[in-house]
Amino acid sequence: MYVRRLELVDFRSYPRVVVEFEPGPGVFVGSNGVGKTNLVEALGYVATLSSHRVSTDAPLVRIGAQRAVVRCAVVHEGRELLVELQIEPGKANKARLGRAPTTRPRDILGALRLVLFAPEDLSLVRGEPEGRRRFLDDLLVARQPRFAAVRSDYERVLKQRNALLRTAYLTRRVKGSGGDLSTLDVWDAHLAEHGSRLWAARLELTAALAPHVERAYDAVAAGKGTARVRYHSRNETTETAPQELEKVLAEALKNGRPQEVERGVTLAGPHRDDLSLLLGEMPVKGYASHGESWSFALAMKLAAYELLRAEGIEPVLVLDDVFAELDAGRRERLADLVGGAEQVLVTCAVDADVPARLRGARYAVREGEVEHG
Amino acid sequence: MYEGAIQDLIDELGRLPGVGPKSAQRIAFHVLAADPTDVKRLAAALHRVKDLVRFCTTCFNVAESEQCRICRDPRRHDEAICVVEEPKDVVAIEKTGEFRGRYHVLGGAINPLEGVGPDNLKIRELMARLSSGEVKELILATDPNTEGEATATYLALLVKPMGLRVTRLASGLPVGGDLEYADEVTLGRAFEGRRVL
Repeated sequence: MYVRRLELVDFRSYPRVVVEFEPGPGVFVGSNGVGKTNLVEALGYVATLSSHRVSTDAPLVRIGAQRAVVRCAVVHEGRELLVELQIEPGKANKARLGRAPTTRPRDILGALRLVLFAPEDLSLVRGEPEGRRRFLDDLLVARQPRFAAVRSDYERVLKQRNALLRTAYLTRRVKGSGGDLSTLDVWDAHLAEHGSRLWAARLELTAALAPHVERAYDAVAAGKGTARVRYHSRNETTETAPQELEKVLAEALKNGRPQEVERGVTLAGPHRDDLSLLLGEMPVKGYASHGESWSFALAMKLAAYELLRAEGIEPVLVLDDVFAELDAGRRERLADLVGGAEQVLVTCAVDADVPARLRGARYAVREGEVEHG
Repeated sequence: MYEGAIQDLIDELGRLPGVGPKSAQRIAFHVLAADPTDVKRLAAALHRVKDLVRFCTTCFNVAESEQCRICRDPRRHDEAICVVEEPKDVVAIEKTGEFRGRYHVLGGAINPLEGVGPDNLKIRELMARLSSGEVKELILATDPNTEGEATATYLALLVKPMGLRVTRLASGLPVGGDLEYADEVTLGRAFEGRRVL
């Protein structure tokens, strides 16, 4: 798919701007702070209903304005679809798909599929496991929407089980004994059931993603070690089927119960898992240089893109501020890798940083305006 | 802000579930303009509901006497008990006309986040009913969400040793609808729960 038109009203620094796109590469050039990232942030918001830069909506609305509007025309397999999103901080977002308002904003998910790489993604490598779990789960949902339910079911059961453990823990602290844990067996069974589904799905995803990560890293880092991803659980097992994992998780909950009751929190389950990132045999975190870490984060996003593409979903690829970080050789290799994309949008401060292979449409970005050049 | 009685009424109405400040104001002015006999009838209905309605001592459904209408009905059989969370679930199942047994209203579902455990529900009372030996089947019709499923599992574990048939309502696609309009969660679950024809 590709974005044919983007219109912003009172979004970030733009009072109003319209950008027309074509399939293939598109490059936004402009000096720092003029609003290049704001454009791709708006696209990211339509694709995921959240910003990759901020967790609240208030900064998205231009100072002095009530609400921001993002309108987008997306072409998928020859058909054009209009998506409109109205962002008003403190209120529920309003969305339109085609000409009709949608009952829930999340109905527009899937209308624009996007893989976005931005400098913030360095936290995929450097940050806490939570970010890597979110990366996996978001990709799961992008591939198969039903995993949104698996994920929220698991989170709900986990919340309930934690509430039970914590209440019992507090009762014990106050009264010295007691605490009602009579339903813990039930929550164990449900946690194992939902948790094993999520676990199995993440294992399968990691296996599917691994060759893409290796290839993408090889391209952007030019043969400096083999990039590997490995799913890491405290309850290491060779099993991969949900039924078997359910037994493993149930067993872990049984064995860990005294400790969980003691601490008042759930210690076994996919909410404690991580995606281990390795260069050769060494973990990336703590051992890799800045350049290597950055390349690894980029490789993970490119791998996600390639995986979706290999499965018949052709997302729009966005590379925010990527080329300035790469030397000439690696720029060329990255350009070769993504040059065949149906649409790839790139932002950069210096025009010359972007290789000739990506010389498609050029957009000059200045304070509050975008000019097709 | 209005003065005195009208504002009191708006405030009281605004405390009802599903009634926002705008609706409360609209209802209050409707009452003000309405015929006095209509208003008296509404007031009397409000009083009566608190004075007369109690909970059935057997199944804990709403009732106007010791036992509810369903528990008193001699034409219904005692072989199956259908367990639900709320009285409104009884009404929903009654509308189907499919079930001729008795009910048991738990008064909620197990929900640790809200501090609801088995002791806060009418589970002990249910166990007492089952111990008579007349009941052959227990139908678990709690809501198909995390809390309802947990409650159903809890009851199943508790009741299975008694040798009863324990069943759970199926979940899946709505009848009479189009497949394309089902949300992906429901459709995904229906796929998982598909059966051989």
